[in-house]
This record gives sequence, structure tokens and C-alpha cells, in this order.
Amino acid sequence: MIEFEDVGHSYGERVVLSEVNLRLSERRVAFVGANGSGKSTLARMINGLVLPSTGRVLVDGLDPSRKGREVRRRVGFVFTNPDSQIVMPTAGEDVAFSLRRSGLSAGERAARAAEILTEHGLGGYADHPAHQLSGGQKQLLALCGMLVLDPDVLVCDEPTTLLDLRNKRQFCTLLAGLRQRVVLVTHDLDLLGDFDRVIVLDGGRVVADDEPEPALRHYRKLVG
Amino acid sequence: MLGGWYEPGSSPLHRTPAGWKLLALLGLAAVVFVLRSPGWLGGICAAVVLGYALARISPRSCLRVARTLGVLVAFMFALQWWLLGLDAAVLVCLRIVAALTAANLFTITTRVDDVVSAVERGLRPLRRFGVRPDRLGLLVGLTLQSVTVLSKIAAEVREAAKARGAQRSVIAFAVPFLIRTLRHADELGEALAARGEGDR
Amino acid sequence: MSEPRSPLPAVDLARTVVFAAFIAVLGIFPGIYVGGSSVPIVIQNAGPLLAGSILGARRGAASVVLFLGLVAIGLPLLSGGRGGIASFSVPSSGFLIGWVLSALVAGLIVSRARRVGLPVLLLANAAGLVADYLIGIPFLGVYIGDLPAAALQSLIFVPGDAVKVVAASLIAAVVHRALPDLSARPATRTG
Repeated sequence: MIEFEDVGHSYGERVVLSEVNLRLSERRVAFVGANGSGKSTLARMINGLVLPSTGRVLVDGLDPSRKGREVRRRVGFVFTNPDSQIVMPTAGEDVAFSLRRSGLSAGERAARAAEILTEHGLGGYADHPAHQLSGGQKQLLALCGMLVLDPDVLVCDEPTTLLDLRNKRQFCTLLAGLRQRVVLVTHDLDLLGDFDRVIVLDGGRVVADDEPEPALRHYRKLVG
Repeated sequence: MLGGWYEPGSSPLHRTPAGWKLLALLGLAAVVFVLRSPGWLGGICAAVVLGYALARISPRSCLRVARTLGVLVAFMFALQWWLLGLDAAVLVCLRIVAALTAANLFTITTRVDDVVSAVERGLRPLRRFGVRPDRLGLLVGLTLQSVTVLSKIAAEVREAAKARGAQRSVIAFAVPFLIRTLRHADELGEALAARGEGDR
Repeated sequence: MSEPRSPLPAVDLARTVVFAAFIAVLGIFPGIYVGGSSVPIVIQNAGPLLAGSILGARRGAASVVLFLGLVAIGLPLLSGGRGGIASFSVPSSGFLIGWVLSALVAGLIVSRARRVGLPVLLLANAAGLVADYLIGIPFLGVYIGDLPAAALQSLIFVPGDAVKVVAASLIAAVVHRALPDLSARPATRTG
């Protein structure tokens, strides 16, 4: 359960979120909205990357502002730009980086990393320079870096914006098959057909909160 | 990627632990700076050159070291001879030869990973002062990965400057490059935080 | 320390690391054409000044230390593909080590200024350059055994370095204008 209680946020004078009240328990939830609607900020609050100026957030009863470490262990985050999420020179090292505090030995970490890469179609790339992977592969690698920690929740902030159509579809199929609860921030409305719940944000407020079809109808009206 | 100058080998010099080699190198540097006798300095230079033979360094690497050394020594010799006289010029150049060839011998015969581990071990006593030597490998990996990302950004920025006919303007290159560098830093910071970096 | 800490310690780490990489890329990338010259000049040694005047003293100096550390362990990150511990054993090595003090001094001056404009940045970067000489010249002096001669010989660097101080200041001024909340920057976001 992810709860937002009266959440508001501002950067200096600029208010980006106000009076957000949500209880999310569905397996597939999407945040939709125009640029500047506050959806990315809201998503970042789920793992404490941004702390609310007012109100509070609870993830399975834990407050990210106090229990940041515990929350981040449960919540994985995939960002838009794969280039800035890959932190180590090779794919294997990058996935193993996530495990550096797991208590596993270096050998076990490397083996576990290779395993998860193979599972997601990147087998054989463990010693490959990460920057030579294609855009789609890099985003997949970023996902592997999170999945290796086996989180309960996966937040994805426009993970497909920089991908081509084929990679976008591939990434979404993969996302759909995950055990994890997923919170997806996106502009790609066609991806949301089988989602359980779509939340539309505008000007920092929730303006629609429904099943995909009615929620997206509302959103299209809002934009159009 | 950035392989450095390391040359694999199995000579005694390759097999000596990196930490001992590093200490020896520091000792040698100190001695070279203190010595004022051309005879002794010449002897050290000869010993270092013998080390290259012992480690069976490839002619290619030797040539590279010699080239760097040649330019520097020629320049410094001319300058010091003119300003300080022949004796001083010889002394300075012997120092350069000894220090530079020994340091390059170290770099050629020691893997970067081994240097990192050796420094990590060497810094361990500083843990009680808040130094965290285990982070060194992480810092090295992170920085190298950032170098590849920034190289890509630099190339893109340069193309954009060219497209606008501003390829000769420092500002048209450096400003967008820096702004994108800072943005990359913030995104990387978030990604690191999401992966538990900074959580104690 | 007067610099505001970002809420995420990882952002601090990232800025330090990325700026170390930035200095490296300034050296890897072929030089830049300045004014009407047809020969590209290498601007890597403007890197520490930019680190100090953009990141501040603490993070700027840390990124220079990290960069020099990587050079020392054998990575060829200095302009022209030079690297290795040999970079610290030649007569001009003091100027390399002085980069740390450059970033520190430039950063301290910028953080004391109420408004960061071109005059402040020129002052900060010029002071940063002087700080570099304060380490570089004595080092050279020990190497050649004659301090006054070392100071005299270092004069040949002054014109080129002065150009770099001006360039670094112009660049930093535009960057500070483009990102006005730079020194107190919380991760800004629009989405």
C-alpha cells in the first residue's frame, strides 16, 4: 500500500503539488499528465528522492523521510535516461553495484548479476562495456540493476520516452510480466490498456482517478 | 576502454605486489630529490633502465617512454644550461630521467585494479578518521563510466555548435557542455540515491 | 562549511565524480580554437578553475583530488593521453598538484560573493591561478635547485594561463546565469 496524505510540494515559490490524497494498492498504477503537472515529483516521493513540503507519504506503513533506507530497499526506481542510471563501466559490474551491501562476496555478486542479465535477455553481456549497448538494452540493464534487489514496488519515470517503438513494446511486455507492483509515469497512453488504475495530474492536483478508459478520456479532453 | 599503459607479463617486477612497488617508487623519488651527485644519479638511471630489460618491456612501450623523456629532457637541459649552467642542467636532467622512467616502469608493470586494491589496503588505518577506503573502487568505476557519458555529450555538443557555424567559439562549446554535464550529475545522483547510495 | 548540503548525499557524490570526469574529457577531447588561432589549445587546466567556481570549494577540490588520483593510479587522462604516477615526478608536476588549491581558492572566493558575476569570477579564477603557482614554482625550484630561476621560467606560462582564466570566467559567468540557483541548487524538476 502506498499512501499520500495531503501531500504538497514547492520548489521555492513554485508550487508543483498540492492536496494530493491517494491510497494505491493496485498492481499496475499509472500517473499521467502534461509536462510540469507534478507527476514525476509525486513518483519520486514514493522512494524518498523528493520529500513532501507538507503532508506525508507512507509505503507499506513506512515514511520515506524517516526510513529512507528501508523504503528504498522495497522500492526500485527506473529513470528516463539510461545513460545516467548506469553507474559502472560494464553491464555485470553495474548490476553487481546494486548488491554491494548485500553481504555477498564479490564472486557471488558477479554470479548473481550474470544470472539476472541472462534472465532478461542480456546474457553474455556481463563483461560488455555498458556504453556500447543499444538504448533499449541500456534501459533493460537499468531495470536489471533494480530487479536484482527483488523490490516489492517498481516506480518507472517515463522509462520508454527515449526508446524506439520496438524497444518500447518490448520493455512494456517485460514490465507487464513482473511480479512487482508497478507505478508507471508516462506519456504513452497506448501502454496503459491493461493497467488497473490511472491517475491524471494537472497543475499539481489529481484531476482524474479511474480505470484506464475513463481516466484517459478525461485526460484527452483536458489536453485537446 | 581506458586501458592505460599496463603491459601484461610474468617477470619478477610484474609479480611484485603493487603496494611494495609503490613504496619503492616513493622511496626512490625521495632519494633522487636529495642526491646531488651526478655519479649516483647516473647509477640509479642505469638501474631503472635495467629494470625495463628485466621486465621485458616491449620496444613499443620503451619507445613511448623515450619519446616523452626525450622532448622533456631536451627542453629542460637547454633551459637550465642557459640559466643555471651546465652542472645544474645535468643534475636536473638526471633527476627527470630517474624519476620519470621509474614511475613509468611502475605504471607499465602494474594493473590499475591492483593499484586500487593496494591503495585501499594502505588507507585502511585511516578508517578511524572517517576515510572509507572500500569506496575507492566505486569512485574509480563511477568516474570512468562518467568519462564515457561525458565524451558522448561533448561530441554531441560539438556537432550542434558546428551545425550553428560556431565551431570556433569556446563559449558555444563549453557552456552547453557544462550545463549538460551538471544535469547528468544530478540525474546520476538521483539514480545512485535510488540504488541506496548514501543510506547508512 | 557555508555550502548548502543537498538533501541527498548521493547528489554530492555524483557532482564530484562527474566533474572529475569533466576535467578528464577536457583533456581527451581535441583542443578548442580560441580567437583567430588556427592551432587548437588544450583547456584541461581551466578544468580545476571551473570546478571551483561552479561546484564550490569543497566539492570542486574533491573532484580535482579524485581526478589526480585516477591519473596517479595509471589512467591516461591528462591531455595528450598522459597519465601514471610519472606525471607527478617531472619538473612541472607542482603545477598539477596545485590544481587542488586552485579549485579550493576559486571556490572559496565565489562562495563569499553576494552576487556571482563576471568581476567576482575573474578575481576568483585569477586567485586560483596564483594558488597554482604557489605550489608549482617551489616544486620546480626544488627540482632544479634554484627558486628564483624557477619563478623566472614559470613566466612563460603566464600569457596562456591568463587567457584560460578569462575563458573560464566567461564560461562560469554564463553557466551561473543559466542556472541561477547553482550554489544552492536543489535538484530542479519540471515534470
